[in-house]
Amino acid sequence: MLNAIRQIGRNSIRFFTKLGRSVLFLLKTLAGIPSVLRRPHLLIAQLLSVGVLSLLIIAVSGLFVGMVLALQGYNTLVGFGAEESLGVVVALSIVRELGPVVTALLFAGRAGSALTAEIGLMKATEQLSGMEMMAVDPMHRIIAPRFLAGFLSMPLLAAVFSAVGVYGGFFVGVGLLGVDDGAYWSQMQAAVDVNEDVLNGVIKSLVFGFVVTWIAVFEGYDAVPTSEGVSRATTRTVVHAALAVLGLDFVLTALMFGEV
Amino acid sequence: MRQSKSVELMVGMFVAAGLAALFVLAMKVSNLSSFTPADSYQVTARFDNIGGLKVRSPVTAGGVRVGRVAAIEYDSTRFEAVTTLEIDQRYDSFPMDTSASIYTAGLLGEQYVGLEPGGAEEVLEDGADIYLTQPAMIIEKLVSKFLFDKASGDGE
Repeated sequence: MLNAIRQIGRNSIRFFTKLGRSVLFLLKTLAGIPSVLRRPHLLIAQLLSVGVLSLLIIAVSGLFVGMVLALQGYNTLVGFGAEESLGVVVALSIVRELGPVVTALLFAGRAGSALTAEIGLMKATEQLSGMEMMAVDPMHRIIAPRFLAGFLSMPLLAAVFSAVGVYGGFFVGVGLLGVDDGAYWSQMQAAVDVNEDVLNGVIKSLVFGFVVTWIAVFEGYDAVPTSEGVSRATTRTVVHAALAVLGLDFVLTALMFGEV
Repeated sequence: MRQSKSVELMVGMFVAAGLAALFVLAMKVSNLSSFTPADSYQVTARFDNIGGLKVRSPVTAGGVRVGRVAAIEYDSTRFEAVTTLEIDQRYDSFPMDTSASIYTAGLLGEQYVGLEPGGAEEVLEDGADIYLTQPAMIIEKLVSKFLFDKASGDGE
């Protein structure tokens, strides 16, 4: 009995010390960002591995998500004789929700896990300590460029996802199912607002990019320096990032669109 | 600097693609664009009530889309809605006494302006005014009219 309560206490203390470590880590990372801006080649190399190499999976996923939405939406809307509204359904669901959320989940799996594994392995092979010995701050040299690259890539990737998704819906809805071309775009343009929908989607993707990258670099930096520890840290990155994205999405949606 | 040019090129293309996607979202998907077909002429039509008609709603003749609603304003001296219809230049032979009505596509569909050509010799030109118009049907008005007729009929 007493052991069980002690266990709860130990876990809570561990949880809160980790939370505190991650916030201190974030502050140190943000402090390292000005030095990254002085050495932009570090940032560009990370933009390549975090952003460019994620582009293909994001674009392909966006295309298929848009196509499926058009197919499902059409089957439901045609029952009401409202298949002209297909463009609205596809555009609003992608721009408001699916674009930022699915991009963030894919980003956590594709780029976040790679960041954690890379940084964790650097720690396990004592490359980070080696840098400190050479008076190179790994926060400035390793962590900050990766964090900034993830934060900048996410909104661009989410925008690509949304744009490709809307065209995927267009191909299926207009090309295969015979929805009127003009009604698809005109109803969409009448219903989607730049500030209300597109801008809020971009804000969501910025927040998700911040959180996912933060979790990824922190888990890597905080990993137990063994091969098992790195593998656990990578798993934690994907799980925690996915949970954080989905939870935050509800909060952001309630703030932006809900009258809660 | 060991950075190869191809890395910089690819990152540049990535950033450009992301910004282009944002541009598409702003211009094509949302209501920021005010894209107008290259060849079109504008006529105005005044309605007592336009119902749920919106800017960019279609304008059709015989069920075929011939243009779109370019602007909607309210004339506070004549208490009428003034719509500006943008019609494709290919369809420039509508008679002067063409009538415009507001219909609904399907039960829940969007509203559109239907043009019915008359028989006059002269044709509608840029800036002309369609004077034969029929306002949108408002369901509530129809229902209340029906109920009112029924109630007054019962009273007699």
